[in-house]
Amino acid sequence: MHYQVEPAAAAWNYLIRVRTMEEDQMERVVRLASQSAVVIFSMSSCCMCHAMKRLFCGMGVNPTVHELDQDPKGKDMERALMRLLGNGINTTAAVVPVVFIGGKLVGSMDRVLAFHISGTLVPLLKQAGALWL
Amino acid sequence: MKNMQGFKTAQASSQLYCHSSFLLRGNDGNRNPTTGFCDLGDLHHSSAVFHQEAGVDLGSSSMFSVKSSNVVGDSNMQYGTLSTNVGSSQIGSSGGGCMDTGLQLMYHKGVSMQTLPLGNGHVDNWADSGIVDNSQQTDDTSTDIDTDDRIQCNRVKNGSRMLMQSKDQTKVKPEDQKTLRRLAQNREAAKKSRLRKKAYVQQLENSRVKLVQLEQELQRARQQGILIGTEGNQGHLAVGNGALAFDMEYAHWVDEHQHLLNDLRLAVNSQMSDDELHILVEGVRVHYNELFTLKRIGAKADIFHILHGTWKTPVERRFMWLGGFRSSELLKIIKDHLEPLTEQQLLDICNLQKSSLQSEDALEKGMEALEQYLVETLSSTSLGPTGNGNVADYMDQMALAMAKLGELEGLLHQADLLKQHYLRQLQRILTVRQTARAFLVQNDFISRLRALSSLWLARPRE
Repeated sequence: MHYQVEPAAAAWNYLIRVRTMEEDQMERVVRLASQSAVVIFSMSSCCMCHAMKRLFCGMGVNPTVHELDQDPKGKDMERALMRLLGNGINTTAAVVPVVFIGGKLVGSMDRVLAFHISGTLVPLLKQAGALWL
Repeated sequence: MKNMQGFKTAQASSQLYCHSSFLLRGNDGNRNPTTGFCDLGDLHHSSAVFHQEAGVDLGSSSMFSVKSSNVVGDSNMQYGTLSTNVGSSQIGSSGGGCMDTGLQLMYHKGVSMQTLPLGNGHVDNWADSGIVDNSQQTDDTSTDIDTDDRIQCNRVKNGSRMLMQSKDQTKVKPEDQKTLRRLAQNREAAKKSRLRKKAYVQQLENSRVKLVQLEQELQRARQQGILIGTEGNQGHLAVGNGALAFDMEYAHWVDEHQHLLNDLRLAVNSQMSDDELHILVEGVRVHYNELFTLKRIGAKADIFHILHGTWKTPVERRFMWLGGFRSSELLKIIKDHLEPLTEQQLLDICNLQKSSLQSEDALEKGMEALEQYLVETLSSTSLGPTGNGNVADYMDQMALAMAKLGELEGLLHQADLLKQHYLRQLQRILTVRQTARAFLVQNDFISRLRALSSLWLARPRE
């Protein structure tokens, strides 16, 4: 009895620790996201992230970019982002790039493009104060 | 009985088998080298043997020692002609079994009689040795020989007749029973072996015919412009299958699309209600989604085939960008055909044009970044004559490059998604009739590109 409790407790402690770490990073992510009008979480080597950055720069927006591979807590942040996106299905695909506009989660590249083509991205940017005229 | 026909095929091979070894290597593995004819040989010995007893113990290897004298060989070859009709003839039942097996051996090896000059020296010898008296016994075999083969068998006939007579004249000794039995077994084995060879040859012929048919099909398919994977290499074969499957599916999709658009054209020209037209238009748009699904599957199988665009006609390929047409280009084409447009519609179309262009440029920059990354990764320090190439470094390079190539699929997918969004937005901005007209104009342009490709390919060259 005594012995059974020990490993269970240890496992539970570990889980709680991991979760808090993730929660920390989640909070950090959300905090970072609301610091600027447009926040992009990316990786320096990812070409889709490069495309995303070019898209916003081409529109005249100046996004704040956080490179996860240059951040010490990058892995945890990536996991937090994955949970935010609800990406249960596609775990092998890259999480980044992820965009927050006005502190609110927009999503990955396909969502951004969908918004842009349908004409709703620009109003969103204007609303967040990232674009003037 | 009329084994002469079979023998004629054996004549086709122009090889003279005079070596003893070939007899030792019987077709049947069970053939004991000491049974049957071990060596082609000295007819002097053989004649002596035949002279003594019919049940010749051919097992003695000394009997036919190969002196590689052509005459000897020739005369022995003559027995080959005998074997064909001797083999399964009644002679086997008598004491001629010994001759049969050896002759069958020679038949197996495709002994050719055509190249043999029939030396009748030995025949004469035999005559001299007294084996033969000139009794003209009418065996069936001799009649067979008479009726069938023409040139070379004339001499052989005499020899065979002499041989048969010699056998008939001798008594069957008890120890020869064993020999006879053994020789009979050899005969059976030889027959089985012959049948097996026949079956195998038949199988080969069938495969050959099939191969020719397949090659013809391949040629026909190639002419139709379908890309076929390279032959031979197993790896390439797998790649080729994915590409080929996509090409076929795409051709099928194009056909379906043409039908849908023809229906749409008829509907636009007729006085169909907007609701019904809407259904058709929606059907066309949904059909585009099928194409994107196909491309996604094809990209998983062989991304470079999709990117290379061999599945498009040559002129289309010139306009291809990241696996398909640029939406901004298509919009440019259809814009002039859409009047009358309201103010709002004009504005929306302009915005659509701008956003499409921006998105396309962003994806293009992404592609450039990928290429730049590959260049940087694969040209790092270990290259060059002075670089001390480290295997680990090389492997790291390759691993990074491999991971990067995996991102190509994502880029292609985003390009297709762009197109999808564009089509949906078009439907939102425009009225049903305008959308229908837009789709028709768009497709007409692409069809004309295809027609241009065909004309170009078929142009007469000086």
